[in-house]
Amino acid sequence: MATERTEIERPEIDQALNRRYDAGFVTDIETESFAPGLSEDVVRALSAKKDEPEWMTDWRLKAYRHWLTMTPPEWAKLDIGPIDFQAISYFAAPKARPKSLADVDPKLLETYDKLGVPLHERARLAGVAVDAVFDSVSVGTTFRKELADAGVIFCSMSEAIREHPELVQKYLGTVVPIGDNYFAALNSAVFSDGSFVFIPAGVRCPMELSTYFRINAMNTGQFERTLIVAEERSHVSYLEGCTAPQRDENQLHAAVVELVALDDAQIKYSTVQNWYPGDENGVGGIYNFVTKRGDCRGAHSKISWTQVETGSAITWKYPSCVLRGDDSTGEFYSVALTHHRQQADTGTKMIHIGRNTKSKIIAKGISAGRGQNTYRGQVKVEKTAEGARNYTQCDSLLIGKKCGAHTFPYIEVKNPGAIVEHEATTSKISDDQLFYCRSRGLGEEDAVSMIVDGFCKQVFKELPMEFAVEAKKLLEVSLEGAVG
Amino acid sequence: MLKIENLHVSVAGKPILKGLSLTVNAGEVHAIMGPNGAGKSTLGNVLAGRDGYEVTDGTVEYLGRNLLELEPEARAAEGVFLAFQYPVEIPGVNNTYFLKAALNAQRKHRGEPELDAMQFLKLVREKLRVLHISDELLHRAVNEGFSGGEKKRNEIFQMALLEPRLAVLDETDSGLDIDALKMVAEGVNHMRSAERAFVVVTHYQRLLDYIVPDYVHVLADGRIVESGDKNLALKLEEHGYAWLRDRQLPQARA
Repeated sequence: MATERTEIERPEIDQALNRRYDAGFVTDIETESFAPGLSEDVVRALSAKKDEPEWMTDWRLKAYRHWLTMTPPEWAKLDIGPIDFQAISYFAAPKARPKSLADVDPKLLETYDKLGVPLHERARLAGVAVDAVFDSVSVGTTFRKELADAGVIFCSMSEAIREHPELVQKYLGTVVPIGDNYFAALNSAVFSDGSFVFIPAGVRCPMELSTYFRINAMNTGQFERTLIVAEERSHVSYLEGCTAPQRDENQLHAAVVELVALDDAQIKYSTVQNWYPGDENGVGGIYNFVTKRGDCRGAHSKISWTQVETGSAITWKYPSCVLRGDDSTGEFYSVALTHHRQQADTGTKMIHIGRNTKSKIIAKGISAGRGQNTYRGQVKVEKTAEGARNYTQCDSLLIGKKCGAHTFPYIEVKNPGAIVEHEATTSKISDDQLFYCRSRGLGEEDAVSMIVDGFCKQVFKELPMEFAVEAKKLLEVSLEGAVG
Repeated sequence: MLKIENLHVSVAGKPILKGLSLTVNAGEVHAIMGPNGAGKSTLGNVLAGRDGYEVTDGTVEYLGRNLLELEPEARAAEGVFLAFQYPVEIPGVNNTYFLKAALNAQRKHRGEPELDAMQFLKLVREKLRVLHISDELLHRAVNEGFSGGEKKRNEIFQMALLEPRLAVLDETDSGLDIDALKMVAEGVNHMRSAERAFVVVTHYQRLLDYIVPDYVHVLADGRIVESGDKNLALKLEEHGYAWLRDRQLPQARA
């Protein structure tokens, strides 16, 4: 464990910590929502609202009852006030329910346009299929026909429950069981929508898949559920993006993502998370409590998580890999940025069970303002994992004097033949680096974004090209004014 | 080109330079020598505009302007270059990318068109040829994992590319073997011209065998106590800085 702080003080850094949050607007659209509150009746009503079969309702109720027996986790290094789960509305959706993309309310299309995610037929992102989730429901999925031709199922979770119940029943909750943790149990009870992806054996998904999550309504929680199944020898790359309006109240986002990779399958899951982070005094912002886990169930399978986390008041997520299949590989590449009063507690778990399983962790934390950034990661090698290897690298970059970076690696090795490596560094954007850049003619802001970009390079190169550019820009905007 | 008058500089409240005066004309090479702690590095840092160096008295005029009121990046764009004693590592940032961004930032400041990738590469090749540097350094991150010699070579390469009007070399010779020293000297000599001036800060006379200065100044206790031609450096080498102190004492008493 290492806890470090910067020694330098630059008052101009503190003064000018103004960030622009472009996605902070509200869409004025007629919304139908539940009154705040949570009970068995609410869970039943939610399930009924979505025309769910009985097995699904029962599954939710089981999860709800389990959740009631649990207490919120306290071990994360986060400073959180108590959350009143009765003050949250568990369902909000635009009133008009479109049958296809053509019927979608123009205001919604406009919203996604403004966010840079065009859903129109004519302005679709080239080569990327998008599922757009607005508050509790999916409002449209693009490129459906092209994907269906390849045998790929990409639709909202609600639709999958109705149209592909056998697949959902077979895989849902097999990676993240309903009682896995407090927020996963809550999600299992009240999840509203999300994306479902199924890649049949031998298929290489012909395009990038992506889901764009948008919280719009007030006092609403977003509980999405994503399930991706890659059958034998299949291959898919999936990206999610997230934004929310700028509000003074904290909003809750508690998602669950499950990935299943069978023999020789590969799943690449990338996240660019830009939920509203709250203002410079820490008022408002999204509480982002997410359970993401991938199961390398088959031999030679591979799951790779890449995340760029710049938003949210509080981030609590550990995308993990269960390396069950022999020769399977898990990867985790992460950039987490916190400033103002943002807090992030993020990392990964790599559970080695199969023989010759490999995992790689590259985590980059950037702290500015009064941001607190914690890497928490677990590498566990079971007795059965003959020949397991792990490499972990955690780097922290500090900008200013009042932020913090913390590293908590947990390593548990039960097989003596395993090789586990861990490297950690903490550095700061030093006066030396800044002056060096400036003495060569670079302005201060350009110098900072260049240094930060260099710091994140190992992770950015894992992102799909167009999103790497996005991520870089997002980081630049997020650090705008971080030095005077 | 550069006119420093009665410069007083404090670092963290402690006076370092105590009335330094120096005039450098275009085309000249001035060597600043002196014992450790005399304020040699402070001079370079003040000229380049580093934070934390408080000018308490005196003036610095550069090309007829008050240099001290310019931001570091503006000074760079106006042609001031400091070769660092300890060049800074910037992990993950490609050396070529860094230099292109720096050069274009300077050009933009001067109202000149920015160079595109092809034009820049052409310029880089030209400079590499002249300096006999392998292009291997260019593909690495700025100074990351460079040896001491490589870092200094990279400084000279940057200087060649940015083509400053006033170059300040801060102990560029420290920690260099004789081959690296020759290479650095060669780079500087190649750039000597009637429009350009150099201030070479060094602790040892050795560098001046290769970069022959027009003037040698001895800096002691924050002031220039002795000026002369290159023979002054040889005298210093022979007698050591103690000789200087002995010569100073009567003056100080007077």
